[in-house]
Amino acid sequence: MIAVCFYFQVHQPMRLDQNYGFFDIGERHTYLDHDANREIVLKVAQKCYLPANRLMLELIERHAGAFRISYSITGTALEQFEEYCPEVLESFRELADTGCVEFIGETYYHSLAYLFSRDEFRRQVDLHSRAMQDLFGQKPTTFRNTELIYDNDLARLVEKMGYRTILTEGADQVLGWRTPNFVYQPAGCIKLKALLKNYRLSDDVAFRFSDTSWPEHPLSVERYASWVHAVAGEGEVVNLFMDYETFGEHQWAETGIFEFMRALPEHILAHPDFCFRTPGEAAANLSPVAELDVPHPISWADLERDVSAWLGNPMQDAAAARVYGLEKDVLATCDDELISAWRELLTSDHFYYMCTKWFSDGDVHKYFNPYSTPHQAFIVYMNVLNDLTLLVERQKGADAA
Amino acid sequence: MRALMFGWEFPPHISGGLGTACQGITRGLAAQGVDVTFVLPRLDAEIGGADHLRLMGANRVRARVGVREIVELRERIRVLEVLSPLRPYLTDREYRSLLERDQHLTLEALVAEVNNDFSGGYGTNLMEEVLRYSIVAAYIADVEPHDVIHAHDWMTYPAGIEAKRVSGRPLVVHAHALEFDRSGEHVNQTVYDVERAGFEAADRIIAVSSFTKDTIVARYGIPPEKVRVVHNAVSKERRFGELRLTRALKEKIVLFLGRVTFQKGPDYFVEAAAKVLANRRDVRFVMAGSGDMFPRMVERMAELRLEDRFHFTGFLRGADVERLYAMSDLYVMPSVSEPFGITPLEAMVYNVPIIVSKQSGVAEVLDSAVKIDFWDVDRLADRIEEIISDPALAHELAERGAETLKNIKWEIAGERVLAVYRELVEEVHR
Repeated sequence: MIAVCFYFQVHQPMRLDQNYGFFDIGERHTYLDHDANREIVLKVAQKCYLPANRLMLELIERHAGAFRISYSITGTALEQFEEYCPEVLESFRELADTGCVEFIGETYYHSLAYLFSRDEFRRQVDLHSRAMQDLFGQKPTTFRNTELIYDNDLARLVEKMGYRTILTEGADQVLGWRTPNFVYQPAGCIKLKALLKNYRLSDDVAFRFSDTSWPEHPLSVERYASWVHAVAGEGEVVNLFMDYETFGEHQWAETGIFEFMRALPEHILAHPDFCFRTPGEAAANLSPVAELDVPHPISWADLERDVSAWLGNPMQDAAAARVYGLEKDVLATCDDELISAWRELLTSDHFYYMCTKWFSDGDVHKYFNPYSTPHQAFIVYMNVLNDLTLLVERQKGADAA
Repeated sequence: MRALMFGWEFPPHISGGLGTACQGITRGLAAQGVDVTFVLPRLDAEIGGADHLRLMGANRVRARVGVREIVELRERIRVLEVLSPLRPYLTDREYRSLLERDQHLTLEALVAEVNNDFSGGYGTNLMEEVLRYSIVAAYIADVEPHDVIHAHDWMTYPAGIEAKRVSGRPLVVHAHALEFDRSGEHVNQTVYDVERAGFEAADRIIAVSSFTKDTIVARYGIPPEKVRVVHNAVSKERRFGELRLTRALKEKIVLFLGRVTFQKGPDYFVEAAAKVLANRRDVRFVMAGSGDMFPRMVERMAELRLEDRFHFTGFLRGADVERLYAMSDLYVMPSVSEPFGITPLEAMVYNVPIIVSKQSGVAEVLDSAVKIDFWDVDRLADRIEEIISDPALAHELAERGAETLKNIKWEIAGERVLAVYRELVEEVHR
C-alpha cells in the first residue's frame, strides 16, 4: 500500500500595531493591532477554516475512516480562534473526535527558537504539546518545526524529546537524485523517521492550482490523481504538505479548489494500492530506506528552501539577536504577561516582513506583508521590543531593590 | 511698497523649509508696511490663511492663454525647450523611469493642460507646471498693481521673468537652495539652466547665506555685487517647553531632523552615533524625517547593531516636531551642503544645544555654536559625548543660543529685503 499523507499548516501571527512609534516607547505597552488581527482571523475563518473544516469532516464521514489527515495548528492561531471565533476551535474539536485526524507538534509561537535557543525551543514545544492535549486530547508524536526548518541536530533533539516522526521539505539540495516518496532515517537517529514533502505534487495544489499561465490549468481531479498514482512502483508514501489557507484563501473558492478537494479522496482510493494515512501512521508502518543527512538548515520557503526569508539581512539579524538576547531577563521576571508579549515577538512572521530579498519585484512576500516596506516592519518591531526591554529592565531593577 | 511674490510653498500648503522661510520673510516685510501678494501654484480655499498678506492660487486664475502665447514663451525662455522630466528630490531610479515615460512635452499637451488644475507639489509633471505657472504669472503681473517682483527658488524663476516682461518692474530672485546643494556635483542640467536664467534676468539676487552667495558667483558666473545676503530667521512661538514634558526615557536624546538625503549628511550622524554608543549606553539617537537614503540608513544602523539606542520616527509634522525638539538634549545638523538650515534655530528655540556643520549657511549667524566639518565623524562623536556628559557645558551652550536668537528675527530679514526693493525702485526712478 502507498500512503498519501496530508498535513495542513494552520497559522496566524499576532500582528503588531503599525502605529507604534518612537513616542510610544516607555509610554504605551499595548503592542498588538487587535482590530487587524480580529478582522483577518474572521475573514480567513469565513473563507477557509470553517468551510474547509466542514469539507474535511464530510469527507471523513463519507469514507468511513479511509480518509485521514493531519494538522499543525500554532498556539498564536489557537489563541486568536478562542478570542475572535470559537466556532473554528469547535470544528477542529469535531475533527479530532473522528479519530481520523492527527495533530502535529511544533513551537507554540511559530518561532525560530531552534536556531537561537534550544531551551526556549523545548519550552515552546512543550507548551504546544500541552495545548494539543488540552484541546484535542492528543499528545503529539509527530513534529514539524516552524516553516519545516530542519537539520541533523534538530532531528536528534526532537528524538530525545520523545517524538517518533518529523516532517520536513523534500529539498533538492538534500535529496539530489533521490525521491521524497520513501521514509528516511535522520542522521544520528535510531527511532525517529522523517517524512519529506513532495513539493511538486504539494505545490500543484497549493501554488499552481489557479495559475492560468500554468499549462495544466485548469487542473482536473482525474489528472492530479493520475500523477499521484504514478508514484506506484517507485515510492511508498506521498507527502502532501501545505498551508491550510490554500483552501479558500490562497486559492479562492471561485477557483474550484473545494470541489477539487471534495472529489480527490475517491479518485485516489480508486487505485487499489493507495490509501490515506496520517504522518504518524505512515511512518510507523514503513521502514526507512536510507539516511537523511542535513548538516545545514533547510526549510520549505522560497526557491532557496533555506532560512533566508527570515534571517540574513542586517535588520533581521539585529532584531533576532536582540529579541533572543532578552530571554534570560524576561524569564527572570516571572511575569506571565511580559513573557507572552516577548514570545509573541518571536513569531517568525515578524522577521519575514523584514525580508528584502525581492523587495523591488513584489511577489509572495509582498502579498503576505502588511507593511509598506521591510524597513517599516523593522522599525515598528524595534520600537515595540525597545519598550518591552524597558519594562523588563524596570522589573529587574525593582526586584534588585 | 507693493511686492508681487511667486513661491512654490507656503504653510500650510506644502510646508518644507522653503514654505517656512517664505512665511517668515513675508511676515518681516508686512512688519515694514509692505503689501505682499503671494502667488502659489495651488490654493484650495478662495483665500489663504495668512493675515499679513494676500495669497493667490494660480489654479484659481483663469488666464486666457492660447497656442501663440506658449510658442512665444518657449522662444523667450530658451532653456525650457529642453523639457526633461524632473523633480527636485528624485532618486536615480525614479529619474530613469520618468525619462523613459515622457521624454518631451508636446505643445498640444501644454495647451490642454493650461486650464487644468495645478497639483502644486513636486510631482512627475513639475516642469510642465513650472511652465504653466509662468504663463499665469504673466497674466497676474498685467492685472495686479505692484512695484517689485520677488521669486523664490528656481520653480518660480520663469514666472518672475515673465512677470517682469509684462510689467517692466524690477525682479528680485531669492536663492533658498541651489541645485549644487541638492545633488552635489551631479547636477540636473535643466534645473541649473533655469537657475542661471533667473540669476541673469534678475535685477538683484538675494542669497540666504554667504555660503550660497559664493556658490552663485563661482558656479553660475554672476558678478558678486548683484547678490545680497539676507539670513533667514526663526519663529519663536513654542507649543511645548514651559510645561515640562514628562520623559519616559532616561537616556539623553541626540536628534537629527531633516530630509534623509545626501544633502543632509544622515550617514555621518549614524556613524557618529556608532562611535558614541561604543563608549556609553546612556544616550539615544533619533533620526526624524524621510528621503531616498532612508532605507540605507535603517540597514546601516542595524548593521552597526545600534537598534536598542537608535530610533527612526519617519516624517513628522507640526506638534510632533516640536515635541521632539522639546525632548532632545542635543541637536545635530551634519549637512554636506546647506544653503541656510533653519532647523538648528528651531532647536535653539527649545533651549537645545546644537552642533552644525561648517558647510551650512546658518553657521554664519551662530558665532558661538559648536561647528564641525560634516565628514569629520570622529570629531562629531567627540563633541556629542562632551556635550551630553557635561550638563554645565550643555547649559552654557543653550544659554548662548538663547542670546544669539535675540538678534535673529524675521523683522530684521524683512528690513534687509525691503532695502533691496528700495534700491531697485530708486534705480528705476533715477
